[in-house]
Amino acid sequence: MTPTEKIRTIFAQSLGIDPSRVHDDLRYNTIDEWDSVAHMSLIAALEEGFDIMLDTDEIINMSSLKAAYEILRAHGVAC
Amino acid sequence: MNLDTLMSLSPYSLTRDQKEPLLLEGLRALTEHHRRECAPYARILEGVYGGYTQDAASLEALPFVPVRLFKQFELRSCPQEEVLKTLSSSGTTSQQRSKIYLDRDTAALQSRVLVKIMQDFLGKTRLPMLIIDTPSTIGGRHAFSARAAGIMGLSTFGRDHTYVLDDQMHLDVDALERFVQRHGGGPMLIFGFTFMVWQYFYQPLKAAHRHLDLSEAILIHSGGWKSLIDQAVDNATFKAALRAQTSIGRIHDFYGMVEQVGSIFVECEEGHLHTPLFSDVLIRDPMSFAPLKMGQSGLIELFSLLPRSYPGHVLLSEDLGVVLGEDDCACGRKGKYFKVHGRLPKTELRGCSDTHAQEHA
Repeated sequence: MTPTEKIRTIFAQSLGIDPSRVHDDLRYNTIDEWDSVAHMSLIAALEEGFDIMLDTDEIINMSSLKAAYEILRAHGVAC
Repeated sequence: MNLDTLMSLSPYSLTRDQKEPLLLEGLRALTEHHRRECAPYARILEGVYGGYTQDAASLEALPFVPVRLFKQFELRSCPQEEVLKTLSSSGTTSQQRSKIYLDRDTAALQSRVLVKIMQDFLGKTRLPMLIIDTPSTIGGRHAFSARAAGIMGLSTFGRDHTYVLDDQMHLDVDALERFVQRHGGGPMLIFGFTFMVWQYFYQPLKAAHRHLDLSEAILIHSGGWKSLIDQAVDNATFKAALRAQTSIGRIHDFYGMVEQVGSIFVECEEGHLHTPLFSDVLIRDPMSFAPLKMGQSGLIELFSLLPRSYPGHVLLSEDLGVVLGEDDCACGRKGKYFKVHGRLPKTELRGCSDTHAQEHA
């Protein structure tokens, strides 16, 4: 599994949605499943999955799948 | 200057001369926005303020909305289909609750500003977080209680979020101990509502003669003092007792309300509540509503640049307080600093911790 696939899998699992719904334009609070509660589970899963620690700014800025790629790249994830 | 520019500044970095024009400009624009988007608000301006125009020359000249109107009317400045969440005030079962309508933009702004303010006290690194509440408080997806909104807002600052109360408000001592062992002696964040921290965290520990070493911990709490003042527990007593039992290093109260989530007022090291760049307070005479001077106690009026999806940018609360000073607090933060005394007598009980106490008395 490539890092990008892994991110998408973590998104689908943390938000509890079908992988087909994880697309590049997915944005925070645009679907019911990605709300503030799910956001914290998503953050925890990404941290565990890539063995990184995200700070508060990164949590706030992770407002879309694209933003997540960018933030994870800054942590050395090749996605 | 727009909010993004304000957001790039340190939240307590501007003096009155720099801050007030920016705030006034933003609040005037919000008044016009809400007049256009919220018909009941426009009628308030028309009926109470005689068709108020946008020439307010000072904060005190801006039209204010009494908080209780959010209970009586549906005050919304965005289309119903854009409402992302509805927040409701704390209230005992028999009380009517405020309904605050949030769209995506306002909700996002609230989160960003809350983070900005709290970073000044907590830094950017997230800490292991102990929540003195029960997980069932969080409840639904579209309707949030004030308590849930507080917990979720602060959760951004935590990791390994651990709730230590069950639904009967019993302290889960085992969960607490496991948490302390996992993060042994290191920095951690503890969050809870004031009354619950006292009643369900401090009291059981004291009764069991359990001393914890949480000297590296920071306790953030909020929700009103009324129930504790009734037990003769003031802020100083609260801090001293908690420190004796748990050695908690830093303790910060914050004042805020569900009608203005995000732009909260946090207690500094000197014990003063501070106004950040995004918000301000003014004290009014409870009878005449005339603005009062520094040092005079009265009703607290609150200003916030965040509310766009509901007309809550200028609110007259039912809380009593006093402005202690401006730009010269010994902690170094600029802006007004103030103290809250309590609630106007005979108003309803509605702080997050106070309503809980009432329900369980």
